Amino acid sequence: MAAGRLLFLVPLGYLAVFLLYPLGSILARSLGGEAGYGFEPFKVLLSDSYYLGRIWFTVWQAVVSTLLTLAVGLPAAFLFTKYEFPGKTLLKAVSTLPFVMPTIVVAMGFTALFGTQGIVNTALMSSFGLDEPPVRITNSLTIIFMAHAFYNYAIIVRIVSALWSNLDPSMEHSARVLGAGPVRTFYHVTLPLLLPAIISASLLAFVFSFTSFGVVLVLGGPQFATLEVTIYELTAKLFRLPLAGALAVIQLAFTYLFLLLYSRFQEQSVVRVDLKPREVISHRAVRWRDKVFVIGMVMVLLTMLAPLIALVVRWITFDGGFATTQMANLFSDERGSYFHLSPLTIIWNSLRFALITVAISLVIGIIVSYLITNLKRRWRSVADALVMLPLGVSAVTLGFGYIIALGRPPLDLRGSWVILVIAHSLVAYPFVIRSLLPVLKGMNPNLREAAAVLGATPSRVFLLVELPMIAPALLVGATFAFAVSMGEFGASLILVRTEFTTMPVAIFRYLGLPGAANLSMALGMSCLLMAVVAVGFIAIERFRYKGVGGF
Amino acid sequence: MPLLTVSGLYKAYEGVPAVDGVSFSAEPGELLCLLGPSGCGKTTLLRMLAGLDEPDAGTITFEDRSINNLAPQQRGFGLMFQDLALFPHMDVFGNVAFGLRMQKLPAVQVQSRVQELLDLVEMGGYAQRKVHELSGGERQRVALARSLAPAPKLLMLDEPLGSLDRALRESLQSQVRRILKEVGVTSIYVTHDRDEAFTMADKLIFMNRGSIVQTGTPEEVVANPADGFVARTLGFKNILRGVVLDDSEILKIECSVGIIPVAKPPGLETSRGSDLTLLVNESGISMSALQSGKATPDNSLQGVITERVFRGDRYELRVRVGEGELYCHASADAASNSGINLAVILDIDPKSIRFLGGGG
Repeated sequence: MAAGRLLFLVPLGYLAVFLLYPLGSILARSLGGEAGYGFEPFKVLLSDSYYLGRIWFTVWQAVVSTLLTLAVGLPAAFLFTKYEFPGKTLLKAVSTLPFVMPTIVVAMGFTALFGTQGIVNTALMSSFGLDEPPVRITNSLTIIFMAHAFYNYAIIVRIVSALWSNLDPSMEHSARVLGAGPVRTFYHVTLPLLLPAIISASLLAFVFSFTSFGVVLVLGGPQFATLEVTIYELTAKLFRLPLAGALAVIQLAFTYLFLLLYSRFQEQSVVRVDLKPREVISHRAVRWRDKVFVIGMVMVLLTMLAPLIALVVRWITFDGGFATTQMANLFSDERGSYFHLSPLTIIWNSLRFALITVAISLVIGIIVSYLITNLKRRWRSVADALVMLPLGVSAVTLGFGYIIALGRPPLDLRGSWVILVIAHSLVAYPFVIRSLLPVLKGMNPNLREAAAVLGATPSRVFLLVELPMIAPALLVGATFAFAVSMGEFGASLILVRTEFTTMPVAIFRYLGLPGAANLSMALGMSCLLMAVVAVGFIAIERFRYKGVGGF
Repeated sequence: MPLLTVSGLYKAYEGVPAVDGVSFSAEPGELLCLLGPSGCGKTTLLRMLAGLDEPDAGTITFEDRSINNLAPQQRGFGLMFQDLALFPHMDVFGNVAFGLRMQKLPAVQVQSRVQELLDLVEMGGYAQRKVHELSGGERQRVALARSLAPAPKLLMLDEPLGSLDRALRESLQSQVRRILKEVGVTSIYVTHDRDEAFTMADKLIFMNRGSIVQTGTPEEVVANPADGFVARTLGFKNILRGVVLDDSEILKIECSVGIIPVAKPPGLETSRGSDLTLLVNESGISMSALQSGKATPDNSLQGVITERVFRGDRYELRVRVGEGELYCHASADAASNSGINLAVILDIDPKSIRFLGGGG
């Protein structure tokens, strides 16, 4: 038992050193100003209309993005809950892809689709003989909103349909028998029951839009900067660290508040896990208006994939060629087009960092999940929100914290790849927790005790009873951690040294370099990144407990 | 020499005692039934015996050795959970083999022991089945086989048949008793069902509000229930609290249904005004229709039938008498003179009246 208690110190120490210490350093720096300690940086921020504007913009763009996300996500959740149609499982798996895609890939996809040389414009120009690209939405708010909705709608679908398909259908039936029509049944019975899930999913989508970095940086252009982008600019370009620190603190306060609300509502929508098959409440569309809805919604969801498809098409047909040369470029060692690093080295960097990240995230994630499960109920959501903080802290803030906290003695990790892996694992482990917690909370505690009474020591109880039951959730969490690390952009951009360049950073750098070869390289790298992540998630789809996964 | 001795066991949750000073013992091979309503502390008691909960006070002695400080896996006991807690990720074989594997038995012996146990519970052909493919009764048998497989020195069963329907429960009850007796394991069986307890038990232990109220064989407790709670649990319905009006050879006791005269049993200490609890056997009450114009005889009670339930061989009647009510029987062919709202006269056979200790 004492040894078990000590085990909890591992993740707590890890979080203290690599999360709280850097964040604390940011706070200290933000109070540090140019002229001694004080609230100087906050005063500067709050009296400068530019920064106030950034804060306001970040909030309202996140609100609009979340509403747009709900507009796509709720009908899709309804579709997956209530209807059976051919290819449903595949479509459900594929619909998750946008959420797990690296931001840089999403940004590249939108450029490939809507950019001035993108597929839509090229097609329109050649069909109507136009000289100018007719669709001009790059560097506009529209494309940012679209990208955020694209990125987050899967959260709504997952969380809401998980609860929805677990609602006892006899509740709706009782309402109908008691005389309520379908609309009133939905409004008075179904909606109130779904509300915790809808609210918690929206809060999560809000937090992700609020801390959006890659999408805004690549698609938004200079005139649209969220807090995250502003922090990046203050840190990496203007070197005004106290201001960046103060801004990070403000952002942190916002995200913690919303994450706290998220876990409160999330607690209310936990579904009990028993391994027996649930009652089926979905059915084939029979009436014509059901059919129209199903077909229409399937079309919408397929259209949502257009940016990813456009990315591949654009790469393959780049410069009129058929991928062979691009392919050769991607895997050739000769063209050290970026700082004499071959693409293979970059890919290898990403892969090995991702694997180490998975290992660390699993250890931290498992221990923290057990810790939270054993907490008293009222402490649970506080602790839950706290360990989820890295998800909302945003990678740029974290990277910035590392620069000021871990770049000096006693812990100088500057220039080491270790700092990168640590940053990745902090952004990744919340996903392990999110997929593990629902399973742990739903597990029958008698199983552990039954094993103990039958003579199993605590370690064998874990190995033989608990581990096999949480294994699918662990696999899902590990895949998330892998994808997060592969796609991590914000922290990497700040922390990375040239020789440890990862794929997303390389893509961003290629984009900044002139020449068709570099653009081709960026496209190719994005396609590869997308392929790796997509294959991983489609492969594990069947292991995801239908209806209980946090995402 | 008892195998298991429990003395002064106490456990409270947030200041509220769940098990409040429980002491009892079990002889080798004995089948004890713990009877009591839900929330009376039965499950907490079992969990402390199994080592899953730590007692706040008291000792558990097994084979002359205190086992208070042993972890569950070191006790070598068996526990069958109310929800069975079968491992959903293992098949039937894996579940039954679990305890044997924990003892690090060679695979060949595990194989034969599992088969032996599955045959015992008549599930011989089910070894490869998944848990969720089994019916309720089949799960019960697998759970029993699993807890018996490592040959536990003490087996505890926490309402193991609680979730089954009546017919299945009854057919399993005698089967479980046969198996437990065949194996010869000392068992503690928790239930809140009287008939189940009668089927299973060598000895009954009645628990109420964390304490043991009475211990004895089924015959002993039926012949002499300790108090109103035990009497009610045993299915007696006519339990009357009363006050002594006249303390002499014939006690006159006033209770809700009127004044009942009873011969004072030897040894009973009473005085005028003392409180008593009476138990009146239903079959000791004879009923006759009230004849108009004819006076009610002395010592008879007059009432009105308020409820009649047909039980196949007889009617069970509920009769409103004075401020209270009495239950009695009428023969199955007495349909016409046992109708609802009929005024009747009840005569109580003095031999069917017993005095209970404690409160009602």
